[in-house]
Order: sequence, then structure tokens, then C-alpha cells
Amino acid sequence: MAATSNGKANGATRWIGTRPVRPDGVDKVTGRARFGADVHLPNMLVGKVLRSPHAHARIRSIDASAALALPGVKTVTTRDDFNDLSSEFVPAGEMLVNYRDVVRNVMAREKALFEGHPVAAVAAVSEKVAREALALIDVDYEVLPHVLDVVDAMAPDAPLLHEDMITAGVEPTPTKPSNIAKVVEFKLGDVAEGFAEADIVIEREFSTQPVHQGYIEPHSCIANYSEDGQAELWCTTQGHFVVRGHCAKLLGMDVSKLRVTASEIGGGFGGKTVVYLEPVALMLSRKSGQPVKMTMSREEVFRASGPAAGTRVWVKIGMTNDGRITAGEAVLKYQAGAFQGSPVQPGCMCAFAPYDLNHVKVVGYDVLVNRPKVAAYRAPGAPQSEFAVESVVDELAKRIGMDPVELRLKNAAKQGTKAAYGPTFGPVGLVETLEEAKAHEHYRAPLKEGQGRGVASGFWFNIGGETCATLNLGEDGTIALVAGTPDIGGSRASLCLQAAETLGVDVERIRPLIGDTSTLGYTFLTGGSRTAFASGMAVVEAGKDMIRQLCERAAKVWDIPVDAVEWADGEARPAGSNAGEFDPLSLADLARLAGKTGGPFVGRAQINAQGAGPSFGTHIVDVDVDRETGRVTIERYTVIQDAGTAVHPSYVEGQLQGGAVQGIGWALNEEYIYDDKGRLQNPGFLDYRIPVCSDVPMIDTVIVEVPNPTHPYGVRGVGETPIVPPMAAIANAVEDALGMRFMDLPMSPPRVLKALEDARIAEAA
Amino acid sequence: MARVVFTGNFRHLVGEDTEADIPASNVRDLLNRLGERYPALAPHLDEGIAVAIDGEIHQDALFSPVGPDSEVYLMPKIAGG
Repeated sequence: MAATSNGKANGATRWIGTRPVRPDGVDKVTGRARFGADVHLPNMLVGKVLRSPHAHARIRSIDASAALALPGVKTVTTRDDFNDLSSEFVPAGEMLVNYRDVVRNVMAREKALFEGHPVAAVAAVSEKVAREALALIDVDYEVLPHVLDVVDAMAPDAPLLHEDMITAGVEPTPTKPSNIAKVVEFKLGDVAEGFAEADIVIEREFSTQPVHQGYIEPHSCIANYSEDGQAELWCTTQGHFVVRGHCAKLLGMDVSKLRVTASEIGGGFGGKTVVYLEPVALMLSRKSGQPVKMTMSREEVFRASGPAAGTRVWVKIGMTNDGRITAGEAVLKYQAGAFQGSPVQPGCMCAFAPYDLNHVKVVGYDVLVNRPKVAAYRAPGAPQSEFAVESVVDELAKRIGMDPVELRLKNAAKQGTKAAYGPTFGPVGLVETLEEAKAHEHYRAPLKEGQGRGVASGFWFNIGGETCATLNLGEDGTIALVAGTPDIGGSRASLCLQAAETLGVDVERIRPLIGDTSTLGYTFLTGGSRTAFASGMAVVEAGKDMIRQLCERAAKVWDIPVDAVEWADGEARPAGSNAGEFDPLSLADLARLAGKTGGPFVGRAQINAQGAGPSFGTHIVDVDVDRETGRVTIERYTVIQDAGTAVHPSYVEGQLQGGAVQGIGWALNEEYIYDDKGRLQNPGFLDYRIPVCSDVPMIDTVIVEVPNPTHPYGVRGVGETPIVPPMAAIANAVEDALGMRFMDLPMSPPRVLKALEDARIAEAA
Repeated sequence: MARVVFTGNFRHLVGEDTEADIPASNVRDLLNRLGERYPALAPHLDEGIAVAIDGEIHQDALFSPVGPDSEVYLMPKIAGG
């Protein structure tokens, strides 16, 4: 048997790189698609959560008797229903999570650690009754001092969130608790030596605000717990296998007794990699014996689900007068929220990744504050640190009068560069994105009076991981493709294209679906830009498995050795004239004969995908700053990114545009506003200002393709990197327009206006 | 022998060494031998570890081959959003 490769590596692809209509498109535009809140079951109850009104408070007691006595209330759950769990770290989303913390985040135990922290939940016959019941639950709080700011939280006299928190990563081990969960450090070379080589050294301090992922669909689930101890759960999530694992752990169930189905998802961006409502809904269903549906309001999403970390970042970079960067140093302080686990580690590793440096030192602090536990948000940790580094690089370029793209090209990481976080890069496409930027018409277009232009680059690792896929051949030769990674950004189309390419069949003959947790082996979540890469690899392997079976069957039909059969262009053929003269057997022919020749064809793959290809991007942005109002308008924006191979270019472009727009919001408007009691004042899209279509121009895209050699079609991930450069690119453009550098985000109208007024006052003085 | 380079907080766990030459044919061998040589490192090798072998990142991959001249970095495990 010999299967011919149609891979891009040999320059001949039929389906990879094409733009078929998305398989989920009709359902979504007609309203047929079922999202988290669209599942209804007979006898379903409504679950609602009572949340702490305090940012930090000890919970002395909870009395739910009055709520339970209310007609229509079926059950109440509190901390007493959830077993305490010992410290155990497991992978989830951006990094490891500790089950001891997960159970406390889902339902407050000793203390409420942020405003919005769940304290109890009710299941009732209607939402109205459930809300009335919440008001009858009596919680006795001892209100404690709170801390919201990362620097304040690091002070020796700061209120402690966890009295037993001893900082890890410090020698000798501290004897007193603090809010600093961990200190991490990455070093390459000797920064003192590097700074000694420099002609210019610039150091600056930056801050970024926590920002929410802003997914349009709020968290929602429905749980149905049976009397025999088995349960079903439907939810909106980026990883239903991960949800199954977490819920089973928190409820003391075997994973085989919990079947989780991922609904269509209205955005996640990393924020739906953790559990909030799901274990609570299961507990309420277990206690009531009825299905329970829970849906967060937008206000609850803001108050209680994880944002990206707010940060304080100090950066120092040295450079020679001819533009060679000699050393980079940074200190990163990241908010973790109420439990440890900020993405400071990847923040450290990514900070200087775009550069070929001999001397680097980055120290990171994971710091607890009385805010919701942070969650992953596209390239978690990288946008904050790279905002700081890319701002200083821009300032260095201006200092010596060098074009900022040229400066980046002169120092760019490339194949063979030892990454600032250690390993040596294989083939990567940063130089290619910079060359594209330099040559792009946008970069040379004239600016109007008062406008400014900025550029910045960005990096993300991308990942692989445990992944399963199945291809089921129907009796008419069409194929059902089953994947275990929820489709957030177009992965169903991408997987169908990779299956079609591998099998040599028309992509329209493949119908994709996301299987529930009982239909496939464990599959890690959709995140880390891994799905087109890892599920793609699994689909290719499943395709090869099916081809092997098809060739074996054709060999039987022709009564020749299987080695004398080849698979090409969607059909089995004799491998050469010596194999005999037989008419080819197409997929449909073999499917039709399946029953009589040995049974159905099912291609399977279960892999742990390794060798994800890192991704680099470079952004160009033009801004106009209204000197009267302080409003920054994005006039033009171009994203250039290495995709490895763009399997479905429209979806790649969509990822690049989406990341850029979210970055624009991060740069210009988004922030959480708390009062002096630690209560969020803007938990809604009216006051928490994400960009809408009228705020942004058409985002132009340029896809660079430097194939990832470990993937059969050269795929890298694309979803994370595009949110990394926007903040610095926009800050650099604003500086170009105003001659004024903003180091604190967001560059919102009040902040810009104040800076302009301060400058006028200073000038007048 | 593979050249193992310690970065990040792993450096705190291996004394004065910044690198080590380790004879190993795959990641499992490598981690076992590292655990034997550096007892303080051993408890950290079971969870949250990625290894970059000649620049390619491998996570939870005990049987990924390690070449005799490979450059190996121990790294924190990477995920994403």
C-alpha cells in the first residue's frame, strides 16, 4: 500500500487554502444553531446564584431555611455540599489550576474573596421564584479590608487573601505569608554585560488594566442528574472534556458517569476554559432530582468570570547607536485575582521573544487581589509584557532616527535564534512579516495632519496536546467527521479541508460535528491556537487510517497484495501495471461494498500532538487624535501574520481581524471601575466599552506562510498572536501623532485629554 | 549525550549547574536521570513540565526521542486561550 501525499510540502494541494462556505453558517444565520441557553428539558428548574456583595469577607454562617420554605423552591446548595479538595494541580486553559482553589472559586468556603463570589445557589420552578429565594438567604459576613491593585497587594502590610500563602520560587522559602503566590525568573546571558555594551539605555514602567474577553454569549448550562448516579450536562465551553474532569472531581463522580455536550459557542477567547456554573448546576440537579438550567446575566459575567490580568511592567532595554539591542530586562507584576495562577510565566517568556538577544532577564510575580480569578484571554500574559517591550523598542528607534521596522529587522528572531526564553527557534516567520510590512502600501501611505503611525510585533508559542478524531464513512461514500474540540473560530471547516485533502475527496462530502465526551477519547480544549494544528493532525491520521482500510479492502476485492494498491485522488488503484488491470474503486464504490467485504469503515486517531509552530505577527496602525475630546480614532489598520499554512484563509483573516479589534479595545477603552469598597461600577457593555463595528475601519490582513515542518500541511496556530501587537502599535501611533507616550492603558478620552491639558499647562509654565 | 539547559525557576533546584550532559534516548529516560541527579528537581518533573528538544516543544510526551547531541530545555508547560 502506498498513500500519496497531497501536502503543501510537495506543492500540490486541492483543498488546503480554499474558501468553502462554512459548515455551520446556515444554522447560525437562520437561528437554528443551539447555544448554551437553547437546551430545554422537561421538568426543568432554574438555578440562580447568590453572590457576595463584599470584596473580602469572612463567611460566619449561611441560613437558607427561609429560602427553602418558599413555595416553588426545590433546593439550595452552599459550601456544605461540596467536599473540600486537597491541593492538586491539573492542566486547564492557560496553565495549571489547583482543585483546592477550583472548589472555592465555584462556591466560597471560608471567605468571599471578591465581589460576585458565589455564596449559595437556588433551584426553583421559575427565575422569579429563584430570585425571591436568593433574597431570603441570610449570610453573616465579617467584612475584611480588601486590596485591588497589584502593587498594593505586594506590600508587607496588605490584607491577606489566603493566610497560608507562602511565596514559591524564592530561596530561602519565606516564613511569612503574603499575596505573592510565586516568583518566576528567566535569564539568558548577563544583562549587566549587555547594558555595558549599550550606547543608549531606556527604562520605563507601564500598566495595563484587567480586560474581559467580552464573549457575546454568557456562561450557560443545563444539568440533568439521574437517580442512578449518572448525569448529563450541556454547556457553552471551549473544552467539554475538561469540564467533565473538573465537574466529576468536584462532585466525586466517575468521569464515565458524566456525559458533557458542548453547545455552539458565542465566543470564548480563553474565558470559557474554566468552570463556574456547571458544578453548581449538577449539584442542584443531584439534590432536587430535576434538570437545572443556569445562565449568567451580563452583569454576572463581568462580576464573577475571569478577565485578563491587570499588570504593572517595568522594562529596560539597551542598544548601540547603530541599532543593535544589547540587553533586555523586565519585571512583571500580574494580578491573579482571588486565587493563584496569573499568566505571568508566559508573559515573562514572550516579553523579548521577537528579538535575537544575548542578554535577557525577566522576573515575574503572580499576585493575588480581591478580584475575580483571571482566566485565559488570547495569548495569555503576552499582550501585557510585549506592550511594554514594543513601546520601548519604538522609543529606541526614534532616539537614533531609525525606521522602527528596520530596527526590528536588524534584531529579529529567526530560524537558529536562541529564543529569549531558552530554546532555539526552528523555521519562524517574523522577518517575513516585517519585510511584508516594510513593502506594504500602508506603511508608505501619507498621513494627514495630526495623524500618527505605529508598528509593533508579537509572538505566541502555540500548542498541541491530547486529541482524538473519527471519520465515519457512510454507505453512500459521504463522511461524518467527529472532533472533540469545540468550534470557536472555524475549526470545523479547517478540519474538513484537511480530511478532504488527505482522502482526496470533495470537501462537500464531509460533514463535521463536535462529539460529546462519550463519543471520543479525551480531547484537550480549544485554546492555545491548537485546534487547526492538533485536531488537524488527528484528522489527517484518521484519514490515513481509513485509507489503509480502504486499500486493504480493494486488495481483497481484486485479490492482490495490499502493497500493490495505492490511494490517489479519492480512489484505490493498482499501484502499477504489474499489479494487474482493474478499474479504480472510489470511496463511494468501497462504501457500497462495505457490508459484503468486511463491514463499515471508520478511521480513528488518538494522538498527543507535539511540535506546534510558534507564530509571529507585525501590525501597522494609523490613528487620529481629537485634541478637543481626547478620542483616538483608528484610521487604518493592517495585520501581517505567519499562519504556517492558511487552511481556510477567510477564517485566518477573521482571526487576525478579531484579535486586532479586541486589542484596540484593550488599548483605547476597556477597564474595570471599582468603588472604594471594591464593588464593580461598570458591569455592562454600556459602561464597559468594547469596540463595535463603527469604531474600527476594515482591518486589512496579509497572511505570511512559513510552513510548520511538524504538521503534514504546515499549519501553525493563528488565534492568539493577533492580540499581542495592537496595544503597543496604537501607543506608538499615538506617540507619533502627539509626541507624547502613553504608558498606562487604556488610552481613553479622559486620560488622553488630561495628558494634553497637563502638557499645555507645562508648556505655559 | 543530550545537553540539558536549565531556565526559569528550574535553576533554583539544581544547585550551581546551568547545564548538564545527560545520557538518554527519550524524555522519560531524561527526566528519570535528571531526578536522580538533582533530587530537589525530582518532585517538579511529574507535572507542569514541557521540554524543548532541539527547539521543538514537547508536552506530556514521555517517549519523544532525544538524540545523542540534542539540546534540551526544561520549560514550564504552555497552554493558551
